[in-house]
Amino acid sequence: MFDALVQYGDLLQKAIWETLLMVGITMGVAIIVGGPLGLVLYLTGRGGLMERRWFNEVLGYAVNALRSFPFIILLVILIPVTRFLVGTSIGPRAAAVGLSVAAIPFFARLVEQSLRDVPRGVVDAAISAGASYAQIVRLVLLPEAMPALVSSLTITAISFIAYSAVAGAIGAGGIGDLAIRYGYYRFETEVMIWCVIVMFVLVQLTQWLGSWAARAVDKR
Amino acid sequence: MTARANAAPAIDMRNVSKRFQTEAGPVDALRPTDLTIAPGEIVGLLGFSGAGKSTLLRLMNMLETPTTGVVQVAGADLTSLGEAPLRRQRRKIGMIFQLFNLLSHETALGNVAFALRVAGVGRRERRERAREALKVVGLEDKVDAYPAQLSGGQRQRVAIARALVNEPDVLLCDEATSALDPHTSLSILRFLKRLNAERGTTIVIVTHDIKVADYVCQRCAIMQDGAIREWIDMSDPRPASPLGQFFLETAKGWTDETVLPDGSA
Ligand SMILES: Nc1ncnc2c1ncn2[C@@H]1O[C@H](COP(=O)(O)OP(=O)(O)OP(=O)(O)O)[C@@H](O)[C@H]1O
Ligand SMILES: [Mg+2]
Repeated sequence: MFDALVQYGDLLQKAIWETLLMVGITMGVAIIVGGPLGLVLYLTGRGGLMERRWFNEVLGYAVNALRSFPFIILLVILIPVTRFLVGTSIGPRAAAVGLSVAAIPFFARLVEQSLRDVPRGVVDAAISAGASYAQIVRLVLLPEAMPALVSSLTITAISFIAYSAVAGAIGAGGIGDLAIRYGYYRFETEVMIWCVIVMFVLVQLTQWLGSWAARAVDKR
Repeated sequence: MTARANAAPAIDMRNVSKRFQTEAGPVDALRPTDLTIAPGEIVGLLGFSGAGKSTLLRLMNMLETPTTGVVQVAGADLTSLGEAPLRRQRRKIGMIFQLFNLLSHETALGNVAFALRVAGVGRRERRERAREALKVVGLEDKVDAYPAQLSGGQRQRVAIARALVNEPDVLLCDEATSALDPHTSLSILRFLKRLNAERGTTIVIVTHDIKVADYVCQRCAIMQDGAIREWIDMSDPRPASPLGQFFLETAKGWTDETVLPDGSA
């Protein structure tokens, strides 16, 4: 068991970094693009501060369409886009493109739901105090939803740690890739087991960090 | 009083109505209504659930936009104001709610300071003024407490401080004491009365509790089905409608002889 660790330690270490890189980029894009998208879905939705029925419907369909692609098929479809953006269709940076595209609608819907859970009365109170929409978003909605937003981030991170391993099937690099190339194709069962252990630890750490952060921002 | 009687009304609504479009069709929450409230008055909006009390109240600071009509409050026509002037005008109209609606991530001080922050008041000044407002409602020792650490009555006091910190001309109260025990309710109502006497703040109180109206209000609108059925002068209540009579009976206490507003025994 530990012989394998000595023999493949370098590979495993490299794989861990590649996975962290993929998930890191994915989370960055999810926050930067998916976050505002979720906010827009919320604001323009039914009973929202800037209700725009048609716009919201169209946006909602687009988000759902993206979400309904099986992940592996999304990766394949995106290969031309990936080639254009990264110059190659293999490796962690390339996989991050597909992962990011999948993470945007995923996180956006979670953000939308988190904002919906802020009691409407709190927003009413802010409006009657004379707050502008921008102030309501910045001083009321985002901070009041923060515990839920942190949980959403945790769920997204854990989901995409798993997805990043799936991306290994098309040569993404990272732990999933290592597990497939060595553990599966070369019957190195011990490498496979180590890969699973590392994934488990990554997920646990993420969950632990996420729960801790959610508690830290929760004043309820 | 004479000076007040000549002054412009604190609230003046002309032909104001509100229709909600719902999946089940349109709902007339408020039928075309005229209403005038003088500065310094304490007025009650009384009625059963669904009568349109909250809708009428929420039209007074444009939390709801009217379907028809003109809403003038604290010297400005809210219906013709642009976004920014409307926001400024809202600082002259405080509002408190049944469930307090405080920010859970802010302390008592932060919640009160919020109303100043959105008005662009600097950090130091708003902390000072928020502290002062909390003192007025008797919460000087709870400045740094989060809402979760406060009782219902204390939370409502924070909400009142938030509503008053901009020194509004008008205070709107939507079932402000409905979630509180009688003792806490009375002390809060007493505070509102004092506020009215000392600062001349015009107060509109939505309630389905005649005791509240009886104790605080000078006159009351009896509402039903999105309309004001009648006005009752609380210093000499002589209700004409069965509904008004029922509410008054209720204030005295129910008996086996109490007639329900629909005429049934
Ligand atoms: N946002 C809304 N969308 C659709 N219908 C609404 C909305 N707000 C209120 N209504 C409807 O308008 C009518 C009046 O509601 P309102 O909240 O003004 O009543 P209320 O007198 O305050 O009742 P309660 O004592 O239960 O608070 C009700 O039939 C209600 O269902
Ligand atoms: Mg109501």
